[in-house]
Order: sequence, then structure tokens, then C-alpha cells
Amino acid sequence: MSGGVSARVWALHLAVIAALLAAGFLLPEYHRGVFARILVLAVFAMGYNLLIGYAGLLSLGHAMFFAAGLYGAGLPVYHLGWGVLPAFAAGIAAGGALALVIGALALRTVGVAFMIVTMMFSQVVYLTTLYFTTWTRGEEGLVLSPAMRRIDLGGAALSLSDPVARYMIALFLFSVVLLLSLRLVRSPFGRTLVGIRENEERMRMLGYDTFRAKLAAVVVSGLACGAAGAAWGLMFGYVGSGFASIQYSILPLLWVLVGGAATTLGPLLGTAFMFYVVDYASGLTSAYLLLVGAALILTVLFFPRGVLGTMRERWLKWLP
Amino acid sequence: MAALASPTETPLIETRALSRGFGGLKAVDNVDFRLRAGEIRALIGPNGAGKTTLVGLICGRIAPSCGTILFQGRDITRLPAHARVMAGIAYTFQITSIFPKLSAYDNVALPVQRRLLAQGRARAHDLDAGVAEALEKVGLCGRASTPAGDLAYGHQRLLEVAMGLALKPRLLILDEPTQGLSDGEIETFVALARAIAGEATVLIIEHNMQVVMELAQTITVMNAGRILAEGTPEAIRADRAVQDVYLGGHGHG
Repeated sequence: MSGGVSARVWALHLAVIAALLAAGFLLPEYHRGVFARILVLAVFAMGYNLLIGYAGLLSLGHAMFFAAGLYGAGLPVYHLGWGVLPAFAAGIAAGGALALVIGALALRTVGVAFMIVTMMFSQVVYLTTLYFTTWTRGEEGLVLSPAMRRIDLGGAALSLSDPVARYMIALFLFSVVLLLSLRLVRSPFGRTLVGIRENEERMRMLGYDTFRAKLAAVVVSGLACGAAGAAWGLMFGYVGSGFASIQYSILPLLWVLVGGAATTLGPLLGTAFMFYVVDYASGLTSAYLLLVGAALILTVLFFPRGVLGTMRERWLKWLP
Repeated sequence: MAALASPTETPLIETRALSRGFGGLKAVDNVDFRLRAGEIRALIGPNGAGKTTLVGLICGRIAPSCGTILFQGRDITRLPAHARVMAGIAYTFQITSIFPKLSAYDNVALPVQRRLLAQGRARAHDLDAGVAEALEKVGLCGRASTPAGDLAYGHQRLLEVAMGLALKPRLLILDEPTQGLSDGEIETFVALARAIAGEATVLIIEHNMQVVMELAQTITVMNAGRILAEGTPEAIRADRAVQDVYLGGHGHG
């Protein structure tokens, strides 16, 4: 009820992380690879969830923050020969900086206008990646060779193209963002965002500078999405315009809504579910989107607030 | 309880030539209004007299067309609403404005947290204590975990007052707090308002004349955007102009 995170909630989140750690050793090669991708994309979804779930801001342009991280990390590696760690930091910073600028502009609007403005800005970023094709190679994209994706640790080198290392790094990033987001949503800041989502005018009349709080939420969201984009580029070695396209603005929306908006673990669940539905359906038929659509309709029918959101509503009130 | 104000004392709130028009209508027209610290002031007048607009200007929900607003002698005309709240002006809405999906605890935790953050940081322990204190004052302690939207209407109004109190304001503006309450609930409210007046100045918009006469030390009567009369309850009751407005000004001429 009150602030803070209870022992039960900590235990649940640590158990999820422990299970994922065990999965890293137990899963067959193929699924370990899939899960490494899911974990990175779940970070993207968690960043998105902070805005749509907690602050109630529906952005249709989050591909731009993922792309900012992707290019913010990828371009310096490819063109300037930066190391992995500074490039990763640059990717996060690019996501945060872009979010600060876009947030300051887009937050002058609300509701449908906010959706359209964020979508337009995201298209601008997408077209920008195509325009500067000399550096980005546009749709074809840049391939970061395994040699560019090594972290030197004294004598030993950690290669990000090694599947086990990749899984563990993805899990590490996921865990850090998960635990930070858990802390954040249970903090005064998280409570403030929920208040704004529920009744912004009242929050203003309770002394909250709601614009600043929403801008802070956009920036934190941009940092998380930037981290996901940077990690994707560095771990999987591909940096292309496709990730800035509208599809990557809609996907996190689906992942979050399926898993449960405003739940800490919903983004992971939604991302994994959608990833596997697409994976399985595309193995059955070329019209796999039909099956994906049917799966989505069934989910919404039985879990109108997403899987975890509906479970919280009905059975597990304590779920964060 | 009322502070005996000397003429030189700085008023808590002072408006100078304050106006606000909506289209062709002057909702508040050149109003000079003064409120002493420590009093309970009632603001009355027929519908459309400009009462809600005037308090909206004072708390910053509405921007003035022209004029000045001073709070404790400081010009706050350009201060945004949230900053005025932090300066000590709390407003409770005419139409109940709570967070219906959040628990009563969380509704009150938001203003408590805002006050604590302004002082430093919001520790869970201080937050709990602040919420308990505010809920206790309005008698909603037992309902802390109930979603605010599930509370009875009268309790929602009290919750809204608790949210205002939780800010520990210097000035609490109550906009028609007894609207829709039962007689028993109104009695509880009058007692609560008296208790609040020990800690804060209260400016109350009210239609229930019994409540006004029981509570207010001074009454300000508005009509057509202007202040028509101001004085003690007895003086207002005897005022001809006020009687005309309330008892059928149409019959004139």
C-alpha cells in the first residue's frame, strides 16, 4: 500500500532473473539465441511501458529512441573505431538527449495529437537515417564485424559474438533495467506519474509541475530504449534503418499491451509471447500474420488488461 | 479565533483591479478583494456571479485579463498554479476531483509526498504518518485501502478536503464543499471547517446559507462579476442590495 518495495515483490523479481540465468545454461542453442534477443527487446518494451503504462502517455514514435541508441553506438564503432563500452554509453546518451528534445516539443500536445506528433518525429528520424546513406548505408545497414564487438578485459577479450556471453550480457542489461524500473515505479516519482495518468489537473492543483514530471518520464524512457538499441547493435552486429521504421514503434506497444501495461514484468512476458507466436506461426504458413492477429484477439478477449494486468486485477493485487 | 487585523497588516490575499472576461462576458470585473490571515471568509452570490472564477484566478487555474494578485504581499499574478500551491494556496474542486482508481491512502499520499519533497525527501515513514494524520482529521481512517471511486459521495468530498489539508496550506479554498451532502454530513463538515480554521485561513464558496452564517466571520457577496457587499453575517443579512439580489431583483422598477 505505502511506498517502498516489499520482500515478496523483490523475491518475485529475483526469482525471474534466477530462472532466466538457469535458462541460459539449460536452453538449447536456438532458443538461447532467441531469448537473448527477447531480453534486449524487453528492455525496449520496459522503457516504453514507463510512458504508456505509468505516465499514461501513448507515444507512437518510440522507434526513434531505439534507433538513437542503435546509431549512437553503431556509428562511432563503425566509422570512428570506438570500443564497445564508450559506444554503449554514447548510445544511451543519444537516446536520452533525443528524448529530452522531442519530449520538450511533443509534450505541448496531449492525447491524439501527442500520438501523431511523436509518430511524425519518429518518421523524421527514420528518413534522416535514409538521407545520410553515405554513413548509415540506409536499409542495407552497417554490419559490425566480430572484431569490432570485443571488450578487452586486461589480457582476455570478451567477444559479443559468442552466444553464451551474449545471453549473459543481455540478461545483465535486462536485470539492471528491470530492478531499476521496479524501484522507480515504487518511488515518489512513480507515484507522481500514476497520479498524472489518473488526473493531471488535480496533480497540478496539488502542487506538481506536471510538465517537468512528464518530461523526466520521457527522458528516462528514452534512456532505456536507447540502451536497448545500443545493446542490439553491439550484440547482434547489425545497424539498419529498418529499426527506425514505424513497425518498431508499434511493436513495443503490442508487447506492452499483451504483457500488461503498468506491470513491471509485463513487457518481458509480452515480448517473449509475441516473439514465439511469430516464430511458430511463420513456421506453419506464409500467412503467419493471420495467426498472429488471431492470437492477439484471443489475448485481448481473455486478458483485456494484458496477461499480468488482468491477473493483478483478479487475483494478485500485490503485483507491481 | 479571528485575528483582529490592524489596518496596516499585510493581507493574506489581495487582488487589485482584477478582471477576467470570457468572450464578451466579464466574469470578474475590476475586483479589489482582501482576505486577512486567520479568518473564515464566505464568498456567496447567485449563480454566474463570478465566485468560482475569482477563486480560480487566486489559485492560478485561470489567468487574469488584467489586474494584480498579491499573496502575503508578494505579487503572484504570473506564478503558475503548481507554484502557488507550493507557496501555500490549496484548492478543492467544486466538482469532486479525486483519483478514483487509486486507494484513499494513495489519494492523500500524493499531496503529502509533494509537501515532503519540497522539504527534502519523502521517506515512507513520514508519508504514512502524514496520510494517517490527514485521513484522521476527516474521519476516513478506516477507509484507507478503499479505492476512492468506491467511497460514498459524502466521503469523496471529505477525501478531497483531506487532500487539501495534507498540503498544510496557509489558505484553503473550498468551492461548494457541502453540495450534495446530507444534513448529518453537513454538520460533520461544519465542525471540520472550524477545526481547519485553527491552522489555515479558509475561503469558502457556499450556497447553503445556514452553513455560511454558522461559519463565516466575514461574508463577501458577489454579483455580476463585482463585489456587491462585504461585512459580518448580521450586516449582510440586513443589507438591502443583497436582499434584492437574493430575493428577486427582477421585481424592481
